[in-house]
Amino acid sequence: MKDITLGQFFPGDTVVHRLDPRTKIVFTALYIVALFLAKSYVSYGVVLGVLALCVALSRIKVKVLLRGMRAVIFIVAITALLNLFYTAGAPGEAPLFSWWIFTVYPAGVRAAAFMILRILLLISCTFLLTYTTSPILITDGLERLLSPLKKIKVPVHELAMMMSIALRFIPTLVEETDKIMSAQRARGADFDTGNLARRAKALVPLLVPLFISAFRRADELAIAMECRCYHGGEGRTRLRQLKFAAIDYAAFSWGIALCVIVWALARCGL
Amino acid sequence: MEKPIIQTEDLRFSYPSAEGVTPVVLDGVDLAIEPGSFVAVLGHNGSGKSTLAKHFNAILLPVGGKVYVDGVDTTDEARLLDVRRTVGMVFQNPDNQIVANVVEEDVAFAPENLGVPPEEIRQRVDQALEIVDMSQYATHAPHLLSGGQKQRVAIAGVIAMRPRCIVMDEPTAMLDPVGRREVIETVKSLNQRYGMTVVLITHHMDEAAQAQRLVVMSEGRVVFDAPPKEVFAHVEEMKAIGLDVPDTVELCWRLREAGCDVPLDCLSDDQCAQALYELLSAHQRA
Repeated sequence: MKDITLGQFFPGDTVVHRLDPRTKIVFTALYIVALFLAKSYVSYGVVLGVLALCVALSRIKVKVLLRGMRAVIFIVAITALLNLFYTAGAPGEAPLFSWWIFTVYPAGVRAAAFMILRILLLISCTFLLTYTTSPILITDGLERLLSPLKKIKVPVHELAMMMSIALRFIPTLVEETDKIMSAQRARGADFDTGNLARRAKALVPLLVPLFISAFRRADELAIAMECRCYHGGEGRTRLRQLKFAAIDYAAFSWGIALCVIVWALARCGL
Repeated sequence: MEKPIIQTEDLRFSYPSAEGVTPVVLDGVDLAIEPGSFVAVLGHNGSGKSTLAKHFNAILLPVGGKVYVDGVDTTDEARLLDVRRTVGMVFQNPDNQIVANVVEEDVAFAPENLGVPPEEIRQRVDQALEIVDMSQYATHAPHLLSGGQKQRVAIAGVIAMRPRCIVMDEPTAMLDPVGRREVIETVKSLNQRYGMTVVLITHHMDEAAQAQRLVVMSEGRVVFDAPPKEVFAHVEEMKAIGLDVPDTVELCWRLREAGCDVPLDCLSDDQCAQALYELLSAHQRA
């Protein structure tokens, strides 16, 4: 239980890993835009090809990527079914089959297939981002990307700080949960049997001490941070400097090119 | 004499409480910590020693009296950062002091807050990790380190701020014996090799015995303020305020009670053995 982190990160030293986190975040966003612009076999082929290339470059195993999909199978299935039955065919088009209230048109099959592909690609590209970028770097990248929002009083630094502290404390709190569970088990608590309501109730003696301790930790951490001269984001420098390399600019332009190509394909009716 | 790095004048403090009854935690403390010294503050739970420590870098502000850090009044809000960067503070629980999930990033936290340029942060981080002997763990995740290692990272995080004085509030209370030894060795080398002023708050006699000067607190007051040897010689008084003395002193004291002529200032095992040897040889001669 000790190794869980939010959005697993697989360390590596490939081109994809070395890209600036800001580049990866922006590229992922552009990729998602392209994904929603895609409307035909050709354009889906293009976005699928780009993702395949990125996965190959990152040396992340396809198996690992697919394993991540298990969590969303249910959502994918529901969306696909809705698309399958609720897409009306073109006027005059004969339905593939019809039974009771269910009627399936060829257009529905197409829509369902595209929807499955779209969701899977959407999830794959965000997984690829978290698989190849450490949470700290993602936070750093987001903080810097969003820093213009500071002008309109969005607390960007504070949000990024909160996120990185949350990430830092996940393993600590997991360890603590383990300890409290053992302590409560030793006193006869039962976390594993009974119906849902019973189990939920069994969590109370786990959550109460966990919360109390988390608040105490927060208090102590705040004092320790103050002792180390923390006074908000103003005038703060960073040990790790994010720098754009040539490859980052290239990735940016490829991202934009991808959107333009897919958009042009859609305009041409493809 | 050099100007003291920390000075308190008739320091009084009580925590505000809802009922209006405010138990006095610090009841007129006068202390001056000389630069470069190694001072231990010993006291029972509730003696006010931790509260005193929190006044040394303006985490708490006095209700009465004054605290000066390097000549600056700690209530002067405009100079708060100057106070905090002069006196660094290490706490009991290393887990609750570590901010980042990479060791070197955590050590960099204080210089980052002070707006130090990146190249110099790098230098400071490397140096701080070397001082606490944790360089080989620079890129590790803190939660996978042992308690003693984590506490050394926390100390490095404070050293990287380049404070003139470091105050440690029971830094070994949550550690196993190995971790305790690691941390105490680090603290001693900070003082002896790097000339840093160290204030060690503790309730371990053996840790307190290593300091040059020992301040004993009880019920918000300073009871003793002298080198450890002299303080521990007051065995009865120490016992009266609920504190023990090191085992060696205890042994000599009991021997004296039984009418033997042994000194009461043996803090180390070797000194004690020597004293016993002399006692026995004198006995033999007689």
